[in-house]
Amino acid sequence: MAQSHEAHESHVGLIWKVFGFLSIITIVEVIFGIIKPDSLHLSNFLGTSLLNWIFLILTLVKAYGIAWYFMHLKHEKASLRRAIVWTTVFLICYLATLLLIEGGHLGEIFERYTTWS
Amino acid sequence: MEATVATETSAENTWDGGEKKPLGSSYGKMMMWFFIMSDALTFSGFLAAYGLMRFKFLESWPIADEVFTHVPFIHGHFPMYYVAFMTFILIFSSVTMVLAVDAGHQMKKAKVTVYMLLTIIGGLIFLGSQAWEWKNFIGGTYGAVVMQDGKIAQFIDKEGHQIALDDFVVGHSERKQLTRSDGVWFMQDEGAIAPYTLEEVVTSFKSNPDVGLRTELINLDEKKKTVMSKEEAVAYLAKAESVVMGANLQVNEYGNTLFADFFFFITGFHGFHVFSGIVINIIIFFNVIIGTYERRGHYEMVEKVGLYWHFVDLVWVFVFTFFYLV
Repeated sequence: MAQSHEAHESHVGLIWKVFGFLSIITIVEVIFGIIKPDSLHLSNFLGTSLLNWIFLILTLVKAYGIAWYFMHLKHEKASLRRAIVWTTVFLICYLATLLLIEGGHLGEIFERYTTWS
Repeated sequence: MEATVATETSAENTWDGGEKKPLGSSYGKMMMWFFIMSDALTFSGFLAAYGLMRFKFLESWPIADEVFTHVPFIHGHFPMYYVAFMTFILIFSSVTMVLAVDAGHQMKKAKVTVYMLLTIIGGLIFLGSQAWEWKNFIGGTYGAVVMQDGKIAQFIDKEGHQIALDDFVVGHSERKQLTRSDGVWFMQDEGAIAPYTLEEVVTSFKSNPDVGLRTELINLDEKKKTVMSKEEAVAYLAKAESVVMGANLQVNEYGNTLFADFFFFITGFHGFHVFSGIVINIIIFFNVIIGTYERRGHYEMVEKVGLYWHFVDLVWVFVFTFFYLV
């Protein structure tokens, strides 16, 4: 075991690149979050606004950056990576889909019995 | 040693699988991944529950830009800036963590020490920022009125910007906050009372033509809260029940109480993860200093806590999106 890591090369350059990438995405998100351009914010595409889709996609890209480069998934064996990523992503998608559909349904029912004056 | 051959030299390590490395991963790293996956599912359970309730109350959910507007030392309305700062702090502490892992691979003890220290400091700054965010949320910004059915009505100026009770309410409540130490030993301590009585608020509202009222209902064409006409508002306020300042688990001046509940629960649970991450990082930091991993011949322990720390960052990315952006 001892000294087995001697051969490791340094990834410092890559790490700073990933940091720059994550920073740029965050800055873009924040700028969109502050300005909220009407053309995106007030639109509707597949159930929510285009702005929300942009936020969701950028979030997933960020998550990819963190998991692949900071958590070293890129350098793990494909079998380990798939066991982790596929399982988790599937379960989360499953849970989120069911709960959001149910929430939308609850909301529809609830709105009928809610008055605002 | 080859993976399948058990040798006498590895006997002391049999508890952790010895030299066997399924999926090319050591025992400790594999277990950390198991933990991270289960924790990820816990967090997604919370966030999905938040999504469920948000979709249920889609037409009246609080708008995050109007809730989190504070920046230290500056007065005014600044949505996003502070939480963006917090996000950067956490991403940056992730970078120093991964630099520590990288330095560990090359057995550079001094570098690992410095980077671990920076990571811990980043975590502490984040935690402090979160405490400050909670303080503002709990203390409240504007104050509002709670209706008999639990809905919230907020006050606005002519331009439609929200205004604080302090800006227009005349008179000041004489009601004193009662505590058990005042001799009312037979009662529970009451919750913090609002700075004004309902009567003062309603009277001031009626006498001031510049003040408007808006309900929680969102106009979906503009994505803004619905503003009432003055007559409607006066009639609506007849059904008001109390004045609220700030937010807690029972009332929330920003709107639906569930928003406050989920905010406290999810950011609190995440903050607790950051806290435990800092504690673990400190332990590893001292182990690095006293040379434990130098003697062990590898810095894999730094890598394992690194995984946890990155996971905390990963969760924040999602919390940030679902509480502040979407």
